[in-house]
Amino acid sequence: MPGTSGSAQRAPWRRSAAEMCLAIPAQLVEIDEANDAGTVALGPVRKRVSLALVDDVDIGDFVLIHVGYALNKISPEEAERTLALFGEAELIEEFVGETAGGAAT
Amino acid sequence: MKYVDEFRRHDLAQKLSRAIHNEVDRGRQYNLMEFCGGHTHAIFRYGVQDLMPDNVRFVHGPGCPVCVLPVGRIDNAIQLAQQHDVILCTYGDLLRVPGSGRKSLLKVKAEGADVRMVYSTQDALKIARDNPGREVVFFAIGFETTTPPTAVAIRQAQAEGLKNFSAFCNHVLTPAAIQNILESPEVREIGSVLIDGFFGPSHVSSVIGSQPYEFFAEEFQRPVVIAGFEPLDVMQSALMLIRQLNEGRHEVENEYTRVVSRDGNRKAKALVAEVFELRRSFEWRGLGLVPYSALRIKSAYAGFDTEKRFEVPAIQASDVKGCECPSILRGVKKPTDCRLFGTVCTPENPMGSCMVSSEGACAAYWTYGRFREAATTAREANA
Ligand code: SF4
Repeated sequence: MPGTSGSAQRAPWRRSAAEMCLAIPAQLVEIDEANDAGTVALGPVRKRVSLALVDDVDIGDFVLIHVGYALNKISPEEAERTLALFGEAELIEEFVGETAGGAAT
Repeated sequence: MKYVDEFRRHDLAQKLSRAIHNEVDRGRQYNLMEFCGGHTHAIFRYGVQDLMPDNVRFVHGPGCPVCVLPVGRIDNAIQLAQQHDVILCTYGDLLRVPGSGRKSLLKVKAEGADVRMVYSTQDALKIARDNPGREVVFFAIGFETTTPPTAVAIRQAQAEGLKNFSAFCNHVLTPAAIQNILESPEVREIGSVLIDGFFGPSHVSSVIGSQPYEFFAEEFQRPVVIAGFEPLDVMQSALMLIRQLNEGRHEVENEYTRVVSRDGNRKAKALVAEVFELRRSFEWRGLGLVPYSALRIKSAYAGFDTEKRFEVPAIQASDVKGCECPSILRGVKKPTDCRLFGTVCTPENPMGSCMVSSEGACAAYWTYGRFREAATTAREANA
């Protein structure tokens, strides 16, 4: 297909090469211990990354990928906790709504 | 996408927005600086400003590595590619940054210089292995997030005995820059830039941890909340900053706990400490010379230091005339204050670095159409 280099069709990996500070969460699906490297999956895309910057990662872990390196493990427990915080905002809101005479919609 | 989609949920954004509206003190202003271009990008892309009360304002900071690289260093890279016949490897964004005389690496590539875009330092090493007869220079830039991969490459080159690989090091440090902003006359004396609190960087902090911010939160009495790059992270962090300001606190808090710890990534930090040392000072576009704000390669690795292998002169170069990047990077001006914005200068034909990188404030204004709104308000005000 002609014109596949258009920005709309750029794979997420390519985009992140341009956005240098950004990193993408991806799941580790393979480890190549001999080379301190691994393979991550992001949807249908697979990508070889260096594991030189992380300690004790396992297959199945989610890691942040930045310029071809796994930079850090993502903690599923902490992610849950943060999401729960967003929900707490709601509780406060309801509380304020109630004390204000339930005027909140 | 896991760990992305759930942090972009619209319904939760609305809830957080209502919570923020409920908690702000109507009688005061909240000027919150996001240091990182990644936050600037998220704020514009997801319209976070529209979900905030009028008295909460985002001030865009200098945290875009492409934007703060001084023109002279781009000129250095161009010279290396043109005069020393090296293979110059670089991350994509740098290709289009205009140097002196509006020359860019992309232009000199079109004229025949061997400039190659790489995705990773591993690609640059491969190019060096594949071209033993050529000098390969990796144009290394970036904050603490991008420095460890350069350290890995240099160590690997040494281990493999790769004699034709070197790095042109332009790695800079975030805490030094934040401190410099807080010490600037605009913030301290003139008060033309008001900053009440900071969003701390996401991925930089994943490496350095939250500890390095403790000093200036205390010293300058400004709260810092380390924030993830997704829109809900930014909103939750704004709420945390607002709460600290309401309660008169100035602490370092961490919203991005799923990745950032107090100590950061020790393995990455140890590698960086092994290969790099502090420069006495380094020029930042917009901030000028900032003491101890950048890294250079230690003499033990001099063989892999481009600045030792080649003559890399200090070049004093100025920005394109009329480009307001320096003031924008300090938070003093907005992109719409620049006369070239959107007319002469667009992402297709950038005049300054702030329009090149998608993390730059000018590019964010342009891409997400903020300027249209600003232009309308200005017209209405003049009518
Ligand atoms: S719009 Fe272009 S010329 Fe103006 S400040 Fe931004 S990058 Fe510079």
